[in-house]
Amino acid sequence: MLTSHRTPVTGRRVQLMATCLCDAFHDDVAAAAVEVLEHLGCEVAFPEGQTCCGQPAFNAGDWPASRRVVRHAVRTFASPDPIVVPSGSCAAMLFHGALLEFEKEADLGEVDALGRRTWELGDFIVNGLGVRSWPGRFDAVVALHRSCHTRGTGSSDAAALLLGSIAGVRLVELGEGEQCCGFGGTFSVAFPHISAAMGRLKLDHVRAARPDVLVSGDMGCLMHLGGMAARQGAPVRSMHFAQVLREALRGAA
Amino acid sequence: MRTQRIDQAAARLGAETRAAVYDGAKIGHEKRTKLLFDHYADPNRLRELAGEIKQHVVENLDTYLPAVEARLVANGVKVHWASTAEAACEAVHAILRARGATKLVKAKTMVSEEIELEGYLRERGIESLETDLGEFIVQLDHDRPSHIIKPIIHKNRRQIAELFERNGLGAYNDEPQVITQRARQFLRHKYLGADAGLTGANFMVAESGRLVVVTNEGNSRFCLAATRCHIALVGIEKILPRDRDLALFLNLLARSGTAQQLSVYNEFILGPRAPGQPDGPEEMHVVFVDNGRTNVLASSCREILRCIRCGACLNVCPVYRQAGGHAYRSVYPGPVGAVLSPLLLGRRFPEKADLPKASSLCGACNEVCPVNIPIPDLLLRLRDRAHTERVPSPGTPPMGAWSILASQPAAWKVALFGGRFLDHFPRSLVPVPALRAWESSRDLPKWRGGEFRRWLKLRRKRPGAGQSSPGITP
Ligand code: SF4
Repeated sequence: MLTSHRTPVTGRRVQLMATCLCDAFHDDVAAAAVEVLEHLGCEVAFPEGQTCCGQPAFNAGDWPASRRVVRHAVRTFASPDPIVVPSGSCAAMLFHGALLEFEKEADLGEVDALGRRTWELGDFIVNGLGVRSWPGRFDAVVALHRSCHTRGTGSSDAAALLLGSIAGVRLVELGEGEQCCGFGGTFSVAFPHISAAMGRLKLDHVRAARPDVLVSGDMGCLMHLGGMAARQGAPVRSMHFAQVLREALRGAA
Repeated sequence: MRTQRIDQAAARLGAETRAAVYDGAKIGHEKRTKLLFDHYADPNRLRELAGEIKQHVVENLDTYLPAVEARLVANGVKVHWASTAEAACEAVHAILRARGATKLVKAKTMVSEEIELEGYLRERGIESLETDLGEFIVQLDHDRPSHIIKPIIHKNRRQIAELFERNGLGAYNDEPQVITQRARQFLRHKYLGADAGLTGANFMVAESGRLVVVTNEGNSRFCLAATRCHIALVGIEKILPRDRDLALFLNLLARSGTAQQLSVYNEFILGPRAPGQPDGPEEMHVVFVDNGRTNVLASSCREILRCIRCGACLNVCPVYRQAGGHAYRSVYPGPVGAVLSPLLLGRRFPEKADLPKASSLCGACNEVCPVNIPIPDLLLRLRDRAHTERVPSPGTPPMGAWSILASQPAAWKVALFGGRFLDHFPRSLVPVPALRAWESSRDLPKWRGGEFRRWLKLRRKRPGAGQSSPGITP
């Protein structure tokens, strides 16, 4: 698979890519990511000009539009410090998807370099910084939804490792964990019927596992599942992985 | 609400059919996973190795094809080349005509479906009979296969029992053994009256010219044992370099396709009956079929030619499970079909350019594929091609304006702020189709554009302040 191999992390300075979903809807997730990174001693920069990773247009097949946005990201995140993203999907866009659409472009090298320093949050903490357990306390039965775009990366295992290490957390497995929740970005609106059917199956598995909280590293999945559960009149409590880490820190205080 | 054709097909699919497809696919996937991971510490390494071997073949087809032809000729096999479906049908017809044959028994071959051989021969007075149980049922019902391994995955026992009853194959009985028994009895007589047997090939070994046919019913053996002439339809990508590669590939094919350690019948056919051999066809023909495969080779998606037609990607695919195989309007459905079917059309690609859209890009297909085809990447490349060729894509929001916003920070900030007006607007008046589609089954969270940036500024100004709120979404 075409993937930028990540450069090992040396310093503690990072750049946060908040993602457009957090910028528009889920501000608290980005805030939690900041607090979690600062807890680890990171100096978190937030390049103000940031927008989106380019994935919506990439998946829709409009690669010229997507490349425009990726080039903007290359300029915005020009610093050589690692870029940390509280989303497996957006991170994978930069270290995998962007390479596909830049294969024949003259600036492929810059895009590859961007990919090499881009990390999903959990992957960064465990495989970038070498942190293997999380302090504090969070009393809850937690079900981790392994989002699809982290297949083949270290993200899901990293999230499970950290969550499982928190005092008070009991992790439960979701049935058919390899099945997609049906979000898929524009897929969710171009294939609303199939997307909803997939979401219902996932929610059935979630409810069968009876967690206190459904956790994911991707807000796309949670927006879709949470929005659907709310519509069904049976909301499911869901949190981003970063929010759980931060709540654990607060639980320790 | 304008949506994609496959989504509409899924919405129309009857509950009974969907249940049959869903259950069949899910069981197939779960059995496969258990078998692979119970027996091998690292099955992924096997998939990667098999993928590398097959990619090597695809990259070197120009040398392998003449080599295999020479081998086959030396083995006494007659070789034919067909660049189109029509030419392949003609080649088969010419072989049959030369022998005065009017009755053909067929083992399962997807290529024959692809070239629509049955209809072609029927029009020319030749009966061809499917002998694979699933394909036999499809033929009896004038239906189409909806899965490449389990052609009748969309039918349940009751429907099959009723079909048999209607066709005079005995009173209603939906016991699988009885159904199988009845089909067998009917077919046995047909084998004996047939003039020629047609098979596909799961593999064609270059170094030996060995043709490998894998079945679980033994029907292809009957096709060969009972007739004088064997015709094999072989896609040009079916080649393996060496006999010893079969160990890996037969193993992966059986495990991935039907969750068996080994398929029940593995036939290795080296040529027509040799002097002194007690039986077997006296004449053997191999028809190599291109039918668009060189288009695929010339495309940016040639990896799909590694495919060994195991069906694992169909079984795991959440979209296939909801929509069923017929929704893909192609011989090859599911993830493999979403790549292969539009490409095989060559210049007529736009007719099926919607198939690569039918994926959430979840990557489950790549994870199970025994030859490790990066199917999601190929789907994306085809989406790029469809966009470049300006094929309309219903339901997909246009991205041009968005990309301009997303590459101009000042405009982006205005949009982040402006989005909040959405919350004060009756949603039914918002003229954004994507929003309607979203809200057909999901609530949208409250717009909080720019809130994070404000929080961060505050925190930077007064360190320690600006603790975020307890984070529970939505
Ligand atoms: S693409 Fe891979 S998984 Fe799908 S049928 Fe072909 S070999 Fe099997």
